[in-house]
Amino acid sequence: MDNLFNRKYIVQGLFILISLILLGTLFYIQVFSDKYFLSAKFNVLRRIYTFPARGVILDRNEKILVQNEPVYDLMVIPNEVKPFDTIALCDIIGIDTVRFHKNFRKAVNQSRFQPNILEKQLSVNIYQTLSEQLSRFPGFFVQSRTIRQYPDSIAGHFVGYIKEVTKKDIERSEGYYRSGDYKGKSGVELAYEKELRGERGVVNMMYDAKNVPKGSYAEGKFDTAAVSGEQLISSLDIRIQKMGEELMKNKIGSIVAIEPATGEILAFVSSPGYDPNLMVGRQQGNNYMELLKNPNRVFNIRPIMGYYSPGSAFKPLDALIGLQEGVIDPNTTFFCPHYYKAGNLKVKCEHYDGDIALRLGLARSCNTYACYVFQKLITQRKYKNQRIAYDAWQKKVKLWGLGDTLGVDLPGERTGRLYDAAWYSEKYKQRKWGYTNVISLAIGQGEMDATPLQMANIMAAIANRGYYIKPHLVKSIGKNHVISKEYVKKNYVGVDTRHFNPVIDGMQDAVNAPWGTAIESRIDGIVMCGKTGTVQNPRGKNHSVFIGFAPRDNPKIAIAVIVENAGYGGSYAAPIASYLTEKYLKDSITSKARLAQVEWMKNQVILPLPPKPKIKAKVISGDSTAKDSTEKKVLPRPNNIRQTISTK
Amino acid sequence: MINQQSNRFFFNVDWITILVYVALCIVGFVNIYASVFNVSDTSFNFSSNYGKQLIYIVAGLVLGFSILLLEAKFFSVFSPIVYGVTIILLIVVLIVGRNVGGNQAWISLGGGFRLQPSEFAKFGTALLLARYIGNFNPKFRDFKSIAIAGLIMLIPLTLIMLQPDAGSALVFLSFMFPMYREGLSGYFLLIFLGMIVLFIADFLVPIQILIPIILSIGGFFVYQNRRKQKLMFSAVLVTAVAIAYLFLVKVAYEKVLKPHQRTRIELILGLKMDPKGVGYNVIQSKIAIGSGQLTGRGFLEGTQTKYGYVPAQSTDFIFSTIGEEWGFAGCTIVIGLYLFLLLRLINLAERQRSTFSRVYGYCVACILFFHVFINIGMAIGIVPVIGIPLPFISYGGSSLWSFTILLFIFLKLDSNRMGFI
Repeated sequence: MDNLFNRKYIVQGLFILISLILLGTLFYIQVFSDKYFLSAKFNVLRRIYTFPARGVILDRNEKILVQNEPVYDLMVIPNEVKPFDTIALCDIIGIDTVRFHKNFRKAVNQSRFQPNILEKQLSVNIYQTLSEQLSRFPGFFVQSRTIRQYPDSIAGHFVGYIKEVTKKDIERSEGYYRSGDYKGKSGVELAYEKELRGERGVVNMMYDAKNVPKGSYAEGKFDTAAVSGEQLISSLDIRIQKMGEELMKNKIGSIVAIEPATGEILAFVSSPGYDPNLMVGRQQGNNYMELLKNPNRVFNIRPIMGYYSPGSAFKPLDALIGLQEGVIDPNTTFFCPHYYKAGNLKVKCEHYDGDIALRLGLARSCNTYACYVFQKLITQRKYKNQRIAYDAWQKKVKLWGLGDTLGVDLPGERTGRLYDAAWYSEKYKQRKWGYTNVISLAIGQGEMDATPLQMANIMAAIANRGYYIKPHLVKSIGKNHVISKEYVKKNYVGVDTRHFNPVIDGMQDAVNAPWGTAIESRIDGIVMCGKTGTVQNPRGKNHSVFIGFAPRDNPKIAIAVIVENAGYGGSYAAPIASYLTEKYLKDSITSKARLAQVEWMKNQVILPLPPKPKIKAKVISGDSTAKDSTEKKVLPRPNNIRQTISTK
Repeated sequence: MINQQSNRFFFNVDWITILVYVALCIVGFVNIYASVFNVSDTSFNFSSNYGKQLIYIVAGLVLGFSILLLEAKFFSVFSPIVYGVTIILLIVVLIVGRNVGGNQAWISLGGGFRLQPSEFAKFGTALLLARYIGNFNPKFRDFKSIAIAGLIMLIPLTLIMLQPDAGSALVFLSFMFPMYREGLSGYFLLIFLGMIVLFIADFLVPIQILIPIILSIGGFFVYQNRRKQKLMFSAVLVTAVAIAYLFLVKVAYEKVLKPHQRTRIELILGLKMDPKGVGYNVIQSKIAIGSGQLTGRGFLEGTQTKYGYVPAQSTDFIFSTIGEEWGFAGCTIVIGLYLFLLLRLINLAERQRSTFSRVYGYCVACILFFHVFINIGMAIGIVPVIGIPLPFISYGGSSLWSFTILLFIFLKLDSNRMGFI
């Protein structure tokens, strides 16, 4: 053939060459590079998180305290967004376009390919409208999650609140939290975050090109289901919690009620409080800022953070330690000349009884008696000097849970104040000091502060005749009713059981005897034992304090009530304690007169700042029984003690 | 002798080629099935694409074997008429054609079936070109023969360009190879190659750099051939034409090409990134193919395929399904089948005694080659996206039948290679 025949090879060579080019390219993109393989995964797979419902919190009778409500987050994958009617979308979700563009830019900055939250917590109504029209907005979808809901709007300080995690939270959680997650920020929500949050589920969902889900990857082999958070049964009793909050309305202070036998906290009121429902939803931030403006510091958890001198409420401890140490017996009498005097120091006593023994001393809240007991304790011969004696005394007091945190299951608990001898030696600069320098401690004043929780805990220990169980707010966790061991252990206070009865006698008289300081808070059919206190407040009117327990035998409730700036312990704190005790023990307040008092109490406004207490309104309201309960002057005998320490 | 052959229809037919043809059709069916596979509806359905394709394949086989029954002489004799008919159809389609995807390429036949005349123009042109070369054996040494052959090629090309279907039109350039085989100077191919290189360079290199480069190369050749006046003159001419061409391309690019065509070219040249727009097809196709890795995800297991990430997947981008589900191994087999077919067709062409049959054989091989190269090339992103089908594999009756006719005419000619036409 001619040489044209050879051109066959050129043509065939070209075919082979091109085939090799094709195969070479294919080899590169299929075998050599895994870029495309990964892109394919990225195309199709999307990790869809399912959010577990947070654990529900119940009260001790398993009534719902905190539950969940569905909300919907509008999510966006910026890369999949196609031009759409921005205004229509904004209208549906109820935001303006400025906010929309701001959020959208934020989402783009976070990730163009991953789902980002565009607008949080849309309501069910918005969700319904939106889901009908969602197809108009490619790249957007809705993710459901739950938020907290509080049917009774109570116990805000106890339950705390949840909030979107911060960057720090995410870093610290080592991969658990992701942007947009929620986490407990205070209260039980924070303390029991691990139990409540549950486990997030993940579905490796496959999507087609039109963004239609096509089922789970590898038949769900790599998927996990969301596990709901554990249910918490709290120790609170909704009935008295609610009543306590109502009683403390427009007042500042705390109520802590403990079941002595178990250490379970029955009521945990911090006033001023807030409706926990304000701390959820899209307005959370605004509401929070609004609440912060309240000068009375709404977010202070007063039962565990508030520092109060225990005042006269400390006197039972004087007596008990005195009895245990043997410096007194129940019949030891001291002469009370209307004051206690040691050297040039004088402690006034607001009543005059002459010789006074333990029972009357407590019922009358005698300062003189308390000071003598304290003097005796510190001047015991068995100690080398008074400093050492003081240290021994201070250690005994600490056994009652003062001067240190009790270890309640709520973050933010403070220690209170109680100093050792070294601290005083430092204070008095090596000069010798003795009981006269610290005599105010005998009547619970001076360098001593206790939180309301600590005061209630002292009552629980007395009610138990010698021990307390760490107060706690969560009765059991989960379906198996788990409870931490530390909350069943008995903590003994170092006083033998036999010494309690004489002291309890005095406390019983304080509430039940005609000469008691809290006689008008007596409850028919229930022997309540207690102790009033009127605590000096350097910044204003005295605080009204009452601590007590009931009934006397087999006590069911120990309680501490503090109403700031309300004056005598018998005027506000004691009645409030008695109402709650009656409510708790009898389930309702039977007598009409007391019911009226309750209503009157709820309407009282005692705030240190304007508006001023409406004293006139109280008179005009014209409720005679109510008036009786508060007007100290009508009582036959001076029943309240005003403690003043004056150094001449 | 003719009677004898007529009695033994399939005598001397190259069964190996038919086997490869059937294999490719099956590959097509399987992958079309996978491309339109719907997880929720697995029942076999004749109104779906794979169902129709099965009908097309069966009809194609019937068509192919019918061609084997025809008299071999028929094709040579009637080639001007076939060519004329296809040209008329190409004119008709410009007037009454249906516009599908921006191209006025379809004539509706009713009943949901449509005809794409440009597919049939291929073998019409091949036949006439073979007839012309066979009759006149021009060797392409003179301008006249080049002009006539060029005209045979350029008339349908121009008509298809008017649709405008640049992809299909481009295929007609493959007729340069048979002409080359029959004596056309290799310079034509080189010039053609040079045009492509300059075209690409025009985009990648600024013109103020490009022109000095061309001038210096041209100057070098002029200097080399300074003693041979004719060659020197040619070098000057070529340089001048090249520079003129550069400007022409620039102008044509801006004025003639449509924006979407411009974008496609720019994407291929890496001048533009557009993962969501025009580049979407190519990126998704590459992802699908790349995700197949060495052995593929397996039949019906390709997620990109199943979930519709690659547009036009049963037609122009069918190769992405093959790539994803059958991997590099599957791709190698398919390309191997094509290469085998192409090489065999060239070998078959070379054993023909008549020039007509040989030229026609080359035409068939080169048309198939162009389709395969451009289709697979665009699926893996080395050729601009110009929508032409993958022979025997892509979904569609028109293309399958036209390739079948194209191939079986040659098989008939081959089986008759001992006879005279």
